[in-house]
Amino acid sequence: MADLTMGLGHLTDGGVVETVAGPSDGPWRASWSQLRRNRGAMVSAVVLLVVVVACLLAPLYAGSVAHTDPFTSNVSGSTVVGGRTVPVLEASTTGLGLGVTPIGPTWDPAHYFLGSDNQGRDVMARLLYGGRNSLLIGFAAALLCCALATVVGVVAGYFGGVVDAVLARLLDVVWAFPVYLLAICLSVVLLTSGLTIGPVRIGAGSLWLPVLIIAVIYVPYVARPLRGQVLSLTQKEFVAAGIGVGCSDLRIMRRDVLPNVLPTVAVFLPLMTALSMLTESALSFLSVGVQPPAASWGTIINDGLGLLYTRPAVTLAPGVAIALTAVVLNLFGDGVRDALDPRARLRGAA
Amino acid sequence: MSTRRTTRLRTTVALIGLAAVAACSSGSAGPATSTAGGDTTAAPSGFQEQHKGGTLKLLAKSAGGTLDPKVNYTLQYWQLYQAMYDGLLAFKKVNGQESFTVVPDLAEALPEVSNGGKTYTFTLRKGIKFSDGRDVTVDDVAASFKRIFTVSSPTAGTFYNGIVGAAACVTTPTSCDLSKGVVVDKATSKIVINLVDPDPELPYKLSVPHASILPANAPAKDAGNIPIPTTGPYMVASYDPNTALKMVRNPHFTEWSRDAQPQGYSDEIDESFGLTVEAAVTAVQNGQADWLFDPPPADRLSEIGTKYADQVHVNALTAFWYLPMNTNLAPFNNLKARQAVNWAVDRAAVVKLFGGGKLAQPVCTFLPPGFPGHVDDCQYTKGGGTTWSAPDLEKAKQLVQESGTAGQEVGIVVSDDEVNKAVGEYVQSVLTSIGYKATLKPISGNIQFTYIQNTKNKVQISLSQWYQDYPAASDFLNVLLSCASFIPGSDSSINIAGFCDKTIDAQMKDALVTGRTSMDQANAKWAAVDKAVMTAAPTAPLLTPKLIDFTSKRVGNYQFSKQFYMIVSQLWTK
Repeated sequence: MADLTMGLGHLTDGGVVETVAGPSDGPWRASWSQLRRNRGAMVSAVVLLVVVVACLLAPLYAGSVAHTDPFTSNVSGSTVVGGRTVPVLEASTTGLGLGVTPIGPTWDPAHYFLGSDNQGRDVMARLLYGGRNSLLIGFAAALLCCALATVVGVVAGYFGGVVDAVLARLLDVVWAFPVYLLAICLSVVLLTSGLTIGPVRIGAGSLWLPVLIIAVIYVPYVARPLRGQVLSLTQKEFVAAGIGVGCSDLRIMRRDVLPNVLPTVAVFLPLMTALSMLTESALSFLSVGVQPPAASWGTIINDGLGLLYTRPAVTLAPGVAIALTAVVLNLFGDGVRDALDPRARLRGAA
Repeated sequence: MSTRRTTRLRTTVALIGLAAVAACSSGSAGPATSTAGGDTTAAPSGFQEQHKGGTLKLLAKSAGGTLDPKVNYTLQYWQLYQAMYDGLLAFKKVNGQESFTVVPDLAEALPEVSNGGKTYTFTLRKGIKFSDGRDVTVDDVAASFKRIFTVSSPTAGTFYNGIVGAAACVTTPTSCDLSKGVVVDKATSKIVINLVDPDPELPYKLSVPHASILPANAPAKDAGNIPIPTTGPYMVASYDPNTALKMVRNPHFTEWSRDAQPQGYSDEIDESFGLTVEAAVTAVQNGQADWLFDPPPADRLSEIGTKYADQVHVNALTAFWYLPMNTNLAPFNNLKARQAVNWAVDRAAVVKLFGGGKLAQPVCTFLPPGFPGHVDDCQYTKGGGTTWSAPDLEKAKQLVQESGTAGQEVGIVVSDDEVNKAVGEYVQSVLTSIGYKATLKPISGNIQFTYIQNTKNKVQISLSQWYQDYPAASDFLNVLLSCASFIPGSDSSINIAGFCDKTIDAQMKDALVTGRTSMDQANAKWAAVDKAVMTAAPTAPLLTPKLIDFTSKRVGNYQFSKQFYMIVSQLWTK
């Protein structure tokens, strides 16, 4: 039965694909071939990989290159610049001697490559550690969001009727709130006391709180188009055939419907990752995301806000990192969409 | 950054502890004659006619709320009220230490104190008019005292609840009857204030805006955005909290006491709202505005201190930043744990985070330097000495180990503005380094102050600030650390550390009683209390801040009152 329905699915939705990519290729393999031919997407993937690897190597950089602890204040510390020992935070000596300025970029990886923040911490080391958190939250929130949205979209679209009405209205309720307002409200509430769901406890400062919040607020953005797609799929012959031969609802959803919406989910995933990362940065910038001393690109921008005139690198560096990562994720997402969209491939073949 | 100019809202409950004080004595009270020492005040000069006129342009990020001087409790408007409203008494409007001196304002002279310190008798000056042209009468005085309670002034229950009949007025404002507490005689213009118990600090309390004398027909509720007629040199012409507050000359004002209420120089004073602090600094630099209420941001300090040094005024404040530690919750219910924090914190680092040594000074006593009762002493500095020099991390770690609290989780609650958060992050780093698992909770400045007071929130350690209401040691020690100031479960428990030491409490009461006869002797006792408090270490004092006023090039005659800060009416622009 499984082979039959899958086959029908391919015939129905993937017939054109097979015509274009050749009879020996499956739809995923064909898409991968298509994606590899997309130079922009491939370059983006490589840049993204470099960013991810660099962030993963943060402990190596902090411990073996910069010899610094990016989570410990070093307000009274000093460093070496051009062979001279200088304070990391230098009090003004001109005029009335007002204000204290952190050291700027030295371009020496061993000594405050991008300078220091107002706590005397190495900005480069924090940028890499911050990237780990931003990317982790971005990827995890996108995965969770897509998983939740897939379940909601498939169930609502497949069952229709009351189930669809209830789920669709729930999505509408979430959709009705401005996304950032909802995220901020949830964060403010949960950051003070944490979240307990049955036996699962997420602490107030846990990274999983922003993951959960961001995933939940974006569910309608993914679930609604999926639901529409499933509504359309339920009218298809292969679903009717499944029902006709007595397959259970769960089996039809799992074996017939889900494989047909997965390409759409795959298209959403990189785009939602970028969106989640941007949302995390915004929340952290507003002090309701990642909590200190942990860093994310958003918190580092916040740290640098008071240094905008004197040490813009503290704000610019994570800003550039966010922009770069968001751009490559979007370009890669576009590439994935083109690769998985048979009409796009048809256009490409023509 | 806003914490550098903290609103007075946070002192709403400041004098809870004072209510606990009761004893009798006679003779003159301290305030009018007390000084904190080290007076560097220049002699007040006479009015200089050639500088009269022009418009003074002030900027603030946002409006300060209601215009009603009986209700508003923000430094922003208290500073402006000095040029508009008068009480029976006033803090002298001069530069420096002398500005702590209480002088007669609408009263002809300082009060006669009798009945063992429970009766204060004033005589109202004649010939003073409100800005609407009506004469100021003793009926206005009586009505003004009653109005403190009918509008539920923030200090009604703390500053003025000692007046006979006031206790009932606090609980049922609508049926307030002060006829026995404030007795007036129209024929002689006499005003008699009767107290339940002697209160040597009453003259101070009569010198703040909540004790302003307003017309008897002022609304019986918060006047909001509607200006109430004034007695001072200026009155409000228009007020829109979204755009600006415009003050013009009071046509009925004639200077009666240069000490209490000097004539103003500018014809008009405008305070505009809405610009960011960055933009406001630029506007003052460009001469488009004359002063900004909010402190300049950290990244502009060096610039204005270098390029605009002659327009910058830095003044020490009688205030301090400190870390209250909850003495009723682990780990800080352990004396050694509290002392460890005091040893570990690098005050110099905190000063750097605040903006550098020119803007703050490390402290390790509860009473700020220059304040009545302050004596240089430092129990927590490496190598010993009377002033703080360096932290001793090793000693701190050893104390944490001895206390058996190592490895415990500690939450630090701070306000989420830039400077508070930076200090909080630093403290978190220090606590981690001496063996705790520290986490930081930055929360909105609007709620942080009440949040850390309520025991229900189980705050272990927090960052807070205290700015004096008036120059008395009791305003720090008794208010912040007496048993009476600790109210479990309340948002108004200003004894944030929950500290209640019966011996020290008795010492404080003794100092208060002594203050009724001799301020010098009382201050010596307060110094001893300060020392005992530092040994018990319910808090870790960090720094005493300074205030920056950045004025435009055209502004002259800058004067700084230690009580109400820059004297707006005395600035000239021509």
